[in-house]
Amino acid sequence: MVIAAPPRPGAGARAIDGATIMGALNEVPDPEIPGVSIVELGMIGAVDVRPDEIAVELLPTFVGCPALEVIRDAIANRLAGLGRTVRVDVSFATPWSSDRISPAGREKLRAAGFAPPAPVRPGRLLPMLDAAAAPVACPYCGSLRTTLENAFGPTQCRSIRHCADCRQPFEAFKPI
Amino acid sequence: MIDLALAPGLRTALAELLLTMADDEFVSGFTDSEWTGIAPLLEEDVAISSISQDELGHARALYQLLATVLADGRDEDALAYDREPDAFRHARLLDHPRGDWADTIARRFLYELADEARLASIGDGYPPLTELVGKLRREERYHRMHLVAWIERLAHGGTEPRERLVAALAAVGPDAATVFTPLADEPSLLEARILTRPLAAAEAAWRADLTGILVPLGLPVPPAVTPTTDGRTGHSDSFRWLWGEFTSVRRSEAGATW
Repeated sequence: MVIAAPPRPGAGARAIDGATIMGALNEVPDPEIPGVSIVELGMIGAVDVRPDEIAVELLPTFVGCPALEVIRDAIANRLAGLGRTVRVDVSFATPWSSDRISPAGREKLRAAGFAPPAPVRPGRLLPMLDAAAAPVACPYCGSLRTTLENAFGPTQCRSIRHCADCRQPFEAFKPI
Repeated sequence: MIDLALAPGLRTALAELLLTMADDEFVSGFTDSEWTGIAPLLEEDVAISSISQDELGHARALYQLLATVLADGRDEDALAYDREPDAFRHARLLDHPRGDWADTIARRFLYELADEARLASIGDGYPPLTELVGKLRREERYHRMHLVAWIERLAHGGTEPRERLVAALAAVGPDAATVFTPLADEPSLLEARILTRPLAAAEAAWRADLTGILVPLGLPVPPAVTPTTDGRTGHSDSFRWLWGEFTSVRRSEAGATW
């Protein structure tokens, strides 16, 4: 007869693996678009769980993203209390691309009023200018009759477009 | 963990490369951030502000990398704000004042294409720089697109915009190639594959790129000048004033946390 031994109380007792950490990080919202998480935006690279430390690789959407420190603190706060040191390494080893945004992330962006980016795919320099190859749907009415107003927007990762059908300006994530 | 140990000579050479890249991005970003709120169009206000923010962010990442290479206790803020004006190593092209809109477009267009040629010359010899440059090049595509569009717009914009653009290109053109001022120890950087080609070769690529855009528009290509070693020293009064601006908050309370 096997009797399950109770776990030792205190730090490090619970089984923590990469999936646990990714699940927790999926609760960390983007500071500027709270409806979508940093995991859904593809900002988490590798997660390394060791007996005494959790190392998280954070991939900035843009090198100069001013929200980076806020995100770093939010990660540390969310993972605090797991009984291990939390280390967040900002990394460019895998350059963040808008192609990293998950299907769930794209849908949440759209629901929040931001058109998700067209796929970048290798070899395509600036898909946002190639309307025929990569039409951008209006996040409000779904019309494809939208035009680029400004490749730059209120944050580094967004551009400004206009919908000819519902006559709304809207923001679109830059393909990068 | 990758072994990032550098021989002392190579460390010095790499530090000079990083300092020139970071100072170029920082000074150009700060100069053009002066347009925020006063650009000719609201859409352009957003665009030039976003480009400037990108450049300041690039400078920050490059200064952070430089701080790890120097390992002398200075962080990115100390490198950006605690040096005297004469210690800056940005190119003389970026010593020119913000000027009017044509001046800004001419200077930034020449710089963006030069920066692109320089980034394309970075090899795989120092992985942290290789990785950062891979990311920077993605972002810089948008800058190039925007500046080329403005050159075309002013060139086709009627008599006055064209004349002002031509005058601006003539004013900054002779200093444009200072971005490629030879580094003190390029042979070491080439041998270590931190650079894949001498900056003189990057300049030739840049000149071909410029020619392909300016000549069809009937605009003057900056003159080829003999490479000088003083293209990044002896800064202008305009830069000295700018330095006073961008260090003013930092100097107002030494050691403060803002």
